[in-house]
Amino acid sequence: MRLSVYRYNPDVDAKPHMQDYDIALEPTDRMLLDALIRLKAVDDTFAFRRSCREGVCGSDAMNINGKNGLACITKVADLKEPVVIRPLPGLPVIRDLIVDMSQFFKQYHSVTPYVINDTPRPENERLQSPEDREELNGLYECILCACCSTSCPSFWWNPDKFVGPAGLLQAYRFIADTRDQATNERLDNLEDPYRLFRCHSIMNCVDVCPKGLNPTRAIGKIKDLLVKRTV
Amino acid sequence: MAITTRQFDAVVVGAGGSGLRAALQLAEANLRVAVLSKVFPTRSHTVAAQGGVSASLGNEEEDNWHWHMYDTVKGSDYLGDQDAIEFMCRKANEVVIELEHFGMPFDRLDNGKIYQRPFGGHTSNYGERAVKRACAAADRTGHAMLHTLYQRNVRANTQFFVEWMALDLIRNQAGDVLGVVAMEMETGEVMILQAKATLLATGGAGRIYAASTNAFINTGDGLGMAARAGVALEDMEFWQFHPTGVAGAGVLITEGVRGEGGFLLNKNGERFMERYAPTVKDLASRDVVSRAMATEIKEGRGAGKDADHILLKLDHLGADVIDKRLPGIREIAKKFANVDPVKEPIPVVPTCHYMMGGIPTNMHGQVLAGHDGGAIVRGLYAAGECACVSVHGANRLGTNSLLDLLVFGKASGEQVVRDLASDSIAHQTLPKDAADRTLERLSRLDTAQSGESVAEVGAELRRTMQLHCGVFRFPDSLAEGVRKMNEVAQRAERLYVKDKSKVFNTARVEALELENLVEVAVSTMVSAHARQESRGAHDRSDFPNRDDANWMKHTFWYKEGNRLEYRAVNLKPLTVESFEPKARVY
Repeated sequence: MRLSVYRYNPDVDAKPHMQDYDIALEPTDRMLLDALIRLKAVDDTFAFRRSCREGVCGSDAMNINGKNGLACITKVADLKEPVVIRPLPGLPVIRDLIVDMSQFFKQYHSVTPYVINDTPRPENERLQSPEDREELNGLYECILCACCSTSCPSFWWNPDKFVGPAGLLQAYRFIADTRDQATNERLDNLEDPYRLFRCHSIMNCVDVCPKGLNPTRAIGKIKDLLVKRTV
Repeated sequence: MAITTRQFDAVVVGAGGSGLRAALQLAEANLRVAVLSKVFPTRSHTVAAQGGVSASLGNEEEDNWHWHMYDTVKGSDYLGDQDAIEFMCRKANEVVIELEHFGMPFDRLDNGKIYQRPFGGHTSNYGERAVKRACAAADRTGHAMLHTLYQRNVRANTQFFVEWMALDLIRNQAGDVLGVVAMEMETGEVMILQAKATLLATGGAGRIYAASTNAFINTGDGLGMAARAGVALEDMEFWQFHPTGVAGAGVLITEGVRGEGGFLLNKNGERFMERYAPTVKDLASRDVVSRAMATEIKEGRGAGKDADHILLKLDHLGADVIDKRLPGIREIAKKFANVDPVKEPIPVVPTCHYMMGGIPTNMHGQVLAGHDGGAIVRGLYAAGECACVSVHGANRLGTNSLLDLLVFGKASGEQVVRDLASDSIAHQTLPKDAADRTLERLSRLDTAQSGESVAEVGAELRRTMQLHCGVFRFPDSLAEGVRKMNEVAQRAERLYVKDKSKVFNTARVEALELENLVEVAVSTMVSAHARQESRGAHDRSDFPNRDDANWMKHTFWYKEGNRLEYRAVNLKPLTVESFEPKARVY
């Protein structure tokens, strides 16, 4: 398989460059991650993150032939060669495919990503109907891989001010949770020309999400709630 | 050599379920805690747990902790310590309810309570029939749990050291642990993190096998650190082979599939578990099911053109149930097995999944100083898969791992809080050579101009484990395995990495991980070779039966001298009568 891979090691490289590899695959190598591991066995200086290899940990997000995705669930058979692999766009590169995700996590942390409920804890579980629980589907499954936020032009321009699709999806996950009591504070936190309203429904996030989630819809629901709150 | 030292009350190594649960306890007690993780916390392997966490909530049908305790003792093939098992099963409801209060998105019953499903080996009334005890968030329970625990730690302002790898424990002359030597992966900088309490929560090491459900990061780092520091490793011969890993890919398919009503078929379309476990059939313990599957394959009744796998049928559950309760499984089957389980069965094989053994601890997470008596290593704690309490004995029940990490993550955190409060201990003086051994290891990697390839030695290690220490074990093959593994260990002393950079040097990380895998693999092979009986996940062709007269004991492996000692199983629970060993039938 022919790969063209983004290489940059600040220890030795003045600037980034693309490096071509021809990698022999075994029949059992089905996913792009398998190919990258073969590559690393040949050239151990090539650096990337990976862990679960089944699409649940969110480590191996990268830009594959121009589109963000997870290497571990991207089938090699579906890829046009040479496969061009770059780090996620818009974040500072530490080395090769490894990006600095501080800004991404900072935005996630900015939405108070935990259930707030200050009523005394009952002896048993807080009750929630199956219908209310269903509201969390399509939200709680996010793996924080950053494929969405780093495909979003609004996030590229204002990563410090715009929460981005991943953070906003999680903001709505807690608004939608019937056990959470801080909806008003959460809406206050987002009522801002940048934090929420930089989303222009370009929908790149929906297009790339490896878990099939829909941040744009969640963002729309937050906007609806803000409108409802004013009238 | 000058090396930066930072001081904390406590250092937690690992930010999976047990590390995060422990850290929460420490942060909420306002201790200065540093949580180290090789990966961002939500990327830890707890994220991959699927089916559920056990607790006898009795939300759908009658249940109680004593039944759960019986099932766990029986599941362990009577190698589990009954005091610790009682402790865990009694604590289950408390920690699961607490998790719900933290915001865990459990599935719900119509009355609003937590949804529960049946799981292997969990029964009502001491083995009468399967019981609904597994509290689930669809088939993403681990993901939901790990994120919830991380979120709760964000709330508690826990201090994380993300993408830091702990390399070695620091012990003084008296044997006390005073912290760790660790490396920041981004810069390659090595530091001493000094602590009054060091808690290992490094998870499993399933990457010693070629076919594994485990993530790449599961390299037994805590076990390697412990072994190098002179701490024993307990019951390392007991590795769980999960019945349903996707054939060829290794990716896990939850037992929850069978809990929801799926079952296994051989090539003749026979539901063969009816022969092996007439009462609970496909919901027998994992060791029993995996052995049955391996037997079917061995005797020529495997499916596929090479007769090398078993079929997991669930299409009869219907698309609605599958999409509601098992959506992640459908996704995995499509991606990794090229089948849509709504229409076709999933090809599966027993796959290495979980380490029952680990760093020996008591039920408060304190690490035992040795096989003899209850003395502890001052300053050292362990919890979760890296620890051996032992609640899982020779075979863990499904959903008891998530329970283990909640109960013992919390208990060890509480113990640290108690120890630091009552002792009013100050930081001890670090030995002058605290980091020397670690720096030597690193320096050897940095200066070596030739040597063994990490990828090749790693592959040989995994092949050897797979071939010589699998579901069925044979005396000659084990002896050969011990010999080969010693060779692998010697090769691993001469590792060479081309990459000499300081910045995010993943080649160096993989070399360091391999050194830890070697400790795990050697201890496993040696312990397995020595245990002359069949119990739980350890099945010997030459000793096909359990031998309670001679082997009702835990194995303790010491790195120094590659030596084995033993310690009697604790049959005495905390408050109830013992469950006496009897034949294990499902």
